[in-house]
Amino acid sequence: MKVRELVEKFDLTVVAGEAGLNRDVQGGFCGDLLSEVMGNAGIGCVWMTVQAHQNIVAVAVLREMAAIIITGGATPAPETVDKADLEGIPVMIYPGTSFELSGKIYADL
Amino acid sequence: MPSIQKTFHVTKNDFIHAGEASIHVKNLLKSLNYVPDLVRRVAICGYEAEMNLVMHGGDGELSVDVNADRIIVDVIDHGQGIADVELAMQEGYSTAKDEYREMGFGAGMGLPNIKKNSDEMVITSEQGNGTHVKMVFFNKGLNV
Repeated sequence: MKVRELVEKFDLTVVAGEAGLNRDVQGGFCGDLLSEVMGNAGIGCVWMTVQAHQNIVAVAVLREMAAIIITGGATPAPETVDKADLEGIPVMIYPGTSFELSGKIYADL
Repeated sequence: MPSIQKTFHVTKNDFIHAGEASIHVKNLLKSLNYVPDLVRRVAICGYEAEMNLVMHGGDGELSVDVNADRIIVDVIDHGQGIADVELAMQEGYSTAKDEYREMGFGAGMGLPNIKKNSDEMVITSEQGNGTHVKMVFFNKGLNV
């Protein structure tokens, strides 16, 4: 599945990194501790987190993630948007919880 | 393949550019066709050491020495040093400030992540004289 299809299917709002919407989604990961995510997230995953600051983009780039979904109603800082645009990492927001969204994505992948 | 050395300056408390040195190193290794697992391990370790410098160290440098058979990453800062290296290596131990914990850092997983993902790791630290984290990765995939 492409990131673009995920956006349409789960009504996600794209806030940055539109250039990367054709990336393939190979899995998912939920986590808010950056070291835990760095150590365990899979390549090509879509990462669900409540963290919205700029440093999430470096983690996504280094782990070669497909996209970041900021959950729980948080909105990204302007620096996060700028960095994600620069790196071509799609950032979407979802108003519900990571638990709820990951269940839907898991069932669909 | 000729060896390549690069050094990146890393600034304390600069969260805007934090992680960029590690991204440069990762992109360099990818461009040189190192196997993905090796690139992944170097990226994880470089990032953890770089963030430790940003949060705990003074200003410093992340240097990489790339050869066909091995990669060495040195992260050297001029900060206050680590009081007890053995304690700092324990998973879950952290001296991070609350504001960093709220950002998802300070879980006490950084140094253990480096230990797990590098082939050799040496920490040299003296209070008042900064910290040197040396990480060695052997290229067993030999894609280059």
